[in-house]
Amino acid sequence: MKRRDFIQIAGMSAGAMILPFTSFGESVDPMRLLDPLMDTAEKKKLADIALNTTKSLGATYTDVRIGRYLNQFVSTREKKVQGIANTESFGVGIRVIVNGTWGFAATNNVTADGMKKTAERAVAIAKANSKFQKQPVQLAPTPAYGEVSWKTPIKKNGFEVPVKEKVDLLMATNARALEKGASFINSQIFMVNEQKYFASSEGSYIDQDIYRILPGFNVTVTDKASGTFKNRSSFSSPVGMGYEYLDARPEDKIQSPGDIILYNKSYDIIEDAGMAAEQAKQILAAKSVEPGKYDLVLEPSHLWLTIHESVGHPTELDRVLGYEANYAGTSFLTLDKWQSKNFKFGSEIVNIKADKTEVGSLGAVGYDDEGVKCKQWDIIKDGVLVNYQAIRDQVGIIGQKESHGCCYSQSWADVQFQRMANISLQPGKNDLTPAQMIAGVEKGIYIVKDSSFSIDQQRYNFQFGGVLFFEIKEGKIAGMLKDVAYQANTQDFWNSCAAICDKRDYRLGGAFNDGKGQPGQSNAVSHGSATARFNGVNVINTGRTI
Amino acid sequence: MPILTKDEAYALLKKVISYSKADECEVNIGGGDSANIRYARNSVSTSGVISQNSLVISSAYGKKVGTATINEFDDASLEKVVRRSEELAQLAPENPEFVSFLGPQTYQEAKNFVPATAAITPKMRADLVAQSLQVAKEGKAVAAGFLEDSVGYSAMMNSKGLFAYNTATGTNFSVTVRTEDGKGSGYATRGYNDITKLDTKTATQIATQKATSSVTAKAIEPGKYTVILEPAAAAVLLERIIFGLDARTADEGRSFLSKPGGATRLGEKMVDERVNIYSDPWNADLPTSPWTGDGRPQEKTMWIEKGVVKNLTYSRYWAEKKGVKATPFPDGIIMEGGTKSLEELIKGTKKGVLVTRLWYIRDVDPQSLLLTGLTRDGTFYIENGKIQYPIKNFRFNESPVIMLNNLEELGKVERTVSVESNANYLLPPMKIRDFTFTSLSDAV
Repeated sequence: MKRRDFIQIAGMSAGAMILPFTSFGESVDPMRLLDPLMDTAEKKKLADIALNTTKSLGATYTDVRIGRYLNQFVSTREKKVQGIANTESFGVGIRVIVNGTWGFAATNNVTADGMKKTAERAVAIAKANSKFQKQPVQLAPTPAYGEVSWKTPIKKNGFEVPVKEKVDLLMATNARALEKGASFINSQIFMVNEQKYFASSEGSYIDQDIYRILPGFNVTVTDKASGTFKNRSSFSSPVGMGYEYLDARPEDKIQSPGDIILYNKSYDIIEDAGMAAEQAKQILAAKSVEPGKYDLVLEPSHLWLTIHESVGHPTELDRVLGYEANYAGTSFLTLDKWQSKNFKFGSEIVNIKADKTEVGSLGAVGYDDEGVKCKQWDIIKDGVLVNYQAIRDQVGIIGQKESHGCCYSQSWADVQFQRMANISLQPGKNDLTPAQMIAGVEKGIYIVKDSSFSIDQQRYNFQFGGVLFFEIKEGKIAGMLKDVAYQANTQDFWNSCAAICDKRDYRLGGAFNDGKGQPGQSNAVSHGSATARFNGVNVINTGRTI
Repeated sequence: MPILTKDEAYALLKKVISYSKADECEVNIGGGDSANIRYARNSVSTSGVISQNSLVISSAYGKKVGTATINEFDDASLEKVVRRSEELAQLAPENPEFVSFLGPQTYQEAKNFVPATAAITPKMRADLVAQSLQVAKEGKAVAAGFLEDSVGYSAMMNSKGLFAYNTATGTNFSVTVRTEDGKGSGYATRGYNDITKLDTKTATQIATQKATSSVTAKAIEPGKYTVILEPAAAAVLLERIIFGLDARTADEGRSFLSKPGGATRLGEKMVDERVNIYSDPWNADLPTSPWTGDGRPQEKTMWIEKGVVKNLTYSRYWAEKKGVKATPFPDGIIMEGGTKSLEELIKGTKKGVLVTRLWYIRDVDPQSLLLTGLTRDGTFYIENGKIQYPIKNFRFNESPVIMLNNLEELGKVERTVSVESNANYLLPPMKIRDFTFTSLSDAV
């Protein structure tokens, strides 16, 4: 164990808002990742031991999560394989309500004895904490589903693809970038499989098999003479799919303004690496932006992160209520704004939905981590704030009787809590392509792919960068810009939304590592949108000399 | 499994090494207990206790390396994990950057384990939180906070005869206090190896005072201001320089330390000559581990001396390639300060802004190390040596390199915690001219 790992295990690890990838579990043989380890009948038997133990000790509610979390990470740079990691983490987390108070304990000893002892610990913690409790926990009802299962609809299990095939693909990717003039490239394929078994004292036994994949790279071009450099990250997205995402299907390539290629549900990593090297050189030579007001045309590969930070986080009910005040912060979308039923979050064309079911998204599961069946619901309707994201112990506070089903824990060892659902901007109702949208802009910037991001703790003021910036002059792309970042107030920004392309342009972006909570936990979430136009946004120049 | 003593760790690691058939192998073992209590809305929200132990073995055949991990420590399991790492090594592609494991080293005795922290009881932990909640209640304010403590050990051995052992304790505490009407917010954070030094009551009083005095904040124009950064605010900017000290990135021409023509700034004056930054594992106020995860001894190291970049960090591979000493990444960072208190710094300021905390720091441009982020939890306008009134929060765009060139004055050093990385530092409050605020935020 490395010193840094020790620090993480000791619970003192870093927690930024989009978290760095940290420790994934135990390192194992890749073949072990295909071994089922324990069948559902055995899991049910063990879960029942915990359920019976807590009941006999006075728990009024218990849930048991037996989880096996598998990761494979293949990383390379230029002509070298840097690392191949196969990790496994297996254990159980038991959550109880005793005296109206939550208690939680976890162990990697998934045996009858481990279940019993951990159940007792969870009850003891709940009892100890109940001294501080002011109001007893109340859970919104959810049906007992009996024994059910759900699996991510993948076509090709990435864990079954030999590591050599992945290494070869990344080596070909790197070779293409170097051939096209990259000075450096780091590339990787990161895969996740969560095998989660959930059992509750209310009669649900839910077995889920969840897959996610993130292929990507970062290309750097340096200019030795001037001592300058620029990066161009890959145009892939993390997705809730199997290895089929890397099939490079032609029908998923999108020829876009600025003569660039973007990708939908299938990604061509080799082609993209070649373009990345060429574009990084163009960025080095690009014109530095003149600061001022511009109409922004934001591409889905960029806009997802703006949606995540400015819509996803402030509509999380636990933030609104103050549960995250010490770390992630609270929210400007206070309950009075929601109660007024006329708080104009955005312009009338802005419709934003929360969703835990969209196929291919990172947030899609059958049931959340407290046994609630997943669904879709409105957050912003015709520009007005209509709902939040809430789970069983908080949804009653806003007078609703049903949890939204967005409870999640990053592992068996962490307690589950409200996490962001996929939050997506709905496409425009009228036919509109990005090219047509750009044709209507006098002075603007077309921004592709996310980069730098920062937002305040109540989600009013944000600043976003990007990867490619194209100047728009009188309806036409007029070359590339650099040193661009835009700053806005969330409500002003969404009210400046003047047009949204139609559903043909709708695509998902997302992140594996959205951070929240203390100790910090990671959540994977997608955000969909079509290209959208925002009028009169403040753009600053970020170029500096040191 | 309990925390192993030095002798127990030595015996166990010796046994693991004895199973090895590879050209060389290295074993790291570590574990411990951590516990936390989280509270919000003046009530405990979650708490947990986590015990973990793990052993990692890397086996190498030539430049082919395999790594395996296990958390069972009977003989059969230990032998199995050795075999698994060897099988993985045989399957692995050659790693051209693999450097043969380090031979025996000498380490100085560590100082980062405090028995009182290791002996903490659930009641002591609960009392520390209760004291914080009491302050908030008395101040008619709303507190949200987090207390965590840990005790653990780490040890390593390799087939070349290296053996290292260390124990460590630590505690971090943070609290945000908001006024009931949500118009004022204050924050305090503390970090120690010794939990008996933790005074949650005083920390919460400071946060409460900041919350009540930051109500009715006025908006002032964004622009360039003289700022006084409290240590917690300075930490999140300064640490970005430390994180970027990697020699390889600089040599490759993709760092703020890269120069035209392919050279680096190593040995050059980069910031104000009053800036002295170093690491010292034996500092009484910030003790850290005397060795790194790959067995390299940590030494007292100057990073910036009189404004000059004195050392960069090297992986063993890059150091070998460049024919230089493989200076490891430091564990604790210390910046020298002056003698003035924060109050004295304020007193000597004609016009300026007091920043108590910075938040959501992100890179904007790695070339210049330009960062953006916001002030949070108490920002105040200073005029004629006095805090005049609270002001609305600002977004800034600033590089810590530019900031340390615009240094006016340094105050007295204190231990602080970075809200971004959770790392502990010894830093002074800093008075900086021409700090760039670019927009206003309505956030409280």
